Amino acid sequence: MKQVSTKSEDSASVAEPPPPPAPRRGGRTYEEIEAVNSKQRKVKLAVGTVGLVVSLYVVVTVFQALALFADDIPRLLQGVIAVIAGVGGAALLFYFINMVVEGFPRRFSEGVIPYAFLLPAMLLIGVMLIYPTVQTINFSFADADSEVYVGLQNYIDVFQDPDFQESIFNNILWLIIVPAVTVVIGVVVAVLADNLSTNGEKISKSFIFVPMAISFVGAAAIWSLIYQYDPPGDTQTGLLNAIWVGLGNLVGASVEPVAWLSVSTFSLNDILLMVIVIWLQAGFSMILLSSAIKGVPEETIEAARIDGANEFQIFRQVVIPQIRGTMITVFITVLIMVLKIFDIVYVTTNGRDGTNVIANLFFQEIFRTGDNGIASAIVVILLIAVMPVLIYQVRHFRREETER
Amino acid sequence: MASVTYQNAERLYPGSTKPAVDNLNLEIQDGEFMVLVGPSGCGKSTSLRMLAGLEEVTNGKILIGDRDITHLPPKDRDIAMVFQNYALYPHMTVADNMAFSLKMAKVGKEERMQRVAEAAKLLDLEDYLERKPKALSGGQRQRVAMGRAIVRHPQVFCMDEPLSNLDAKLRVSTRTQIAALQQRLGITTVYVTHDQVEAMTMGDRVAVMKDGILQQVDTPLNLYDRPANLFVAGFIGSPAMNLVQAKAGEGAARIGEYEVPVDRTASSKMRGAITVGVRPEAWRITTKEEGGMPVKVTVVEELGADAYVYGTSGVEGTPSDIVVRIDARKNLHKGEMIYVTTDPNHVHVFDTESGERLSE
Repeated sequence: MKQVSTKSEDSASVAEPPPPPAPRRGGRTYEEIEAVNSKQRKVKLAVGTVGLVVSLYVVVTVFQALALFADDIPRLLQGVIAVIAGVGGAALLFYFINMVVEGFPRRFSEGVIPYAFLLPAMLLIGVMLIYPTVQTINFSFADADSEVYVGLQNYIDVFQDPDFQESIFNNILWLIIVPAVTVVIGVVVAVLADNLSTNGEKISKSFIFVPMAISFVGAAAIWSLIYQYDPPGDTQTGLLNAIWVGLGNLVGASVEPVAWLSVSTFSLNDILLMVIVIWLQAGFSMILLSSAIKGVPEETIEAARIDGANEFQIFRQVVIPQIRGTMITVFITVLIMVLKIFDIVYVTTNGRDGTNVIANLFFQEIFRTGDNGIASAIVVILLIAVMPVLIYQVRHFRREETER
Repeated sequence: MASVTYQNAERLYPGSTKPAVDNLNLEIQDGEFMVLVGPSGCGKSTSLRMLAGLEEVTNGKILIGDRDITHLPPKDRDIAMVFQNYALYPHMTVADNMAFSLKMAKVGKEERMQRVAEAAKLLDLEDYLERKPKALSGGQRQRVAMGRAIVRHPQVFCMDEPLSNLDAKLRVSTRTQIAALQQRLGITTVYVTHDQVEAMTMGDRVAVMKDGILQQVDTPLNLYDRPANLFVAGFIGSPAMNLVQAKAGEGAARIGEYEVPVDRTASSKMRGAITVGVRPEAWRITTKEEGGMPVKVTVVEELGADAYVYGTSGVEGTPSDIVVRIDARKNLHKGEMIYVTTDPNHVHVFDTESGERLSE
């Protein structure tokens, strides 16, 4: 960097000497950028600005046209056009942004380039994320139609609402059970698979990983069928009831089928819903932990063996500490996902029988009750709840990075 | 304190027909420093790991003292091991690393601390006890690995190339430190290395292995002076022994038209094709008239104290590379011709086909 700055001072005072043949390293080097003389710079500024405006206009127009003539253009073609316009537009945009920035005075442009490239992403995040967040916080202090400020009334109402209390309780239950169980299952499966033959390991891991490809809604639908209730005497099409009744008959007791998702005793239905998420996430957990376990040097395990540790002690005191970072990563990732859990509950019980969670409650408030204020207050509470975990996660990742 | 005995020990890997360690018989005395040496893949590490219990013994027995430990788990063998990569526990401090085995053996905390402190003092690690391995240099890590072995007061030390990750200078100094430490502690040690200099300088006795088979066990000097076969002759010593193809003659080995005198035992046993071995320092420079073998000088390596002449013997039909040690500053040059000869008692005669030693 130092070299670059002295060079730029030199060349500025000697009124742009001819550019030295800079080594080409794929893209444009600083030397090349510096070599652009002021005339070229003006041309770049002009062409870049025009190009930027034109390409923005073209992209926006294309998408508007797509929206306007949605019924006249075949779906597939729409997709192709959207992809071309989107990707090509982004490329053009960055190309012209680069050109414009290069057109600025040299010392200025060097500092600006990184920000120029970040700008589109920042704008999108601002429009799609930060603005709505601020607006939601704002609405949480207003009435149902977001017209009159009501102070903290929404929050007071929310905390006194038994539905909300139930949802909070359930969310906490989810938080306690799901991330921990997912990590434990991941570790257990990873360790067991590690002891299989190469092919056995591949096959068993694939089986456990496959659910990762299923959407939450799809998984919820699948498991609704497993938990299906049919009246006594009918053929039990739900797998769980089939087993339940079948086993009951086997031991000679007459067992009634159970409407599993309505059993709120000991939060059984909640736990059955959690099983779905654990089933979905176990693969993710296993893959990460498996690679972490494979990263533990074999020699440390042998050393521990010679040092007199038994297999369990080796696992507890030598392997686990060495994969601790990955375990925390998996735990937090699942934790954040669980904090926001919605789809599973929405598809299966929609919060009936004491299974409601915050995200679903929010959905009900805004789309069924139509109370913007209460709904906003609920998600703001959710946001505040996620925040410490997020901060911890960012710190944890940073620490991992520096330790690497 | 205890001896170590390999009795017909064998390690056959599943799916392989040739054992990695084949019928190993080796007795290591109480307190002895035994070095296993050989080229890579010769089975020296496997032999050590069999003793440590990290490698299954498929046949035969291994004893420590009178105890048959062949099928005991590592923790019941009362051994300690130093690994090539040290295998320190990355999440533990130096002190915890050293104390781990004691903790596993349920040694009380006070004694643990005391023994770690002792070892740390011995190894000059006292200032680093609270550090993690990551924050140590290679030499320090090596010492921690040693310390981890020492605190246990084991019956046997197993060391698997513990110096190979150190730089050349540190390796030489650590070499002597380890040897001195072993002598002081008097603990039977089995040390694996591929470096014959390490083997010669450290071992009370050295076992040379090749292709899973033990070639020779003896003191370093005996190995040097009386190698049992061609392999040992070529492996031990640096620069290596000159090995020249020859034919058996009357009381002498014939290299082309030149005759190299051999001792009586060899002359009575040798038949047909033989290989003659002469150490570089065993050559004497002589003249053509006295019947010396001509050597054409290709390189002269001046080392200050002495010099090595690399050349080719100009003998018809057998162009062999010859290394001769001479006094320094002899002013020999590339392309010159020298004539060398030697004494019968410095000539090693081997049967070319079987590789066996024929001379005394």
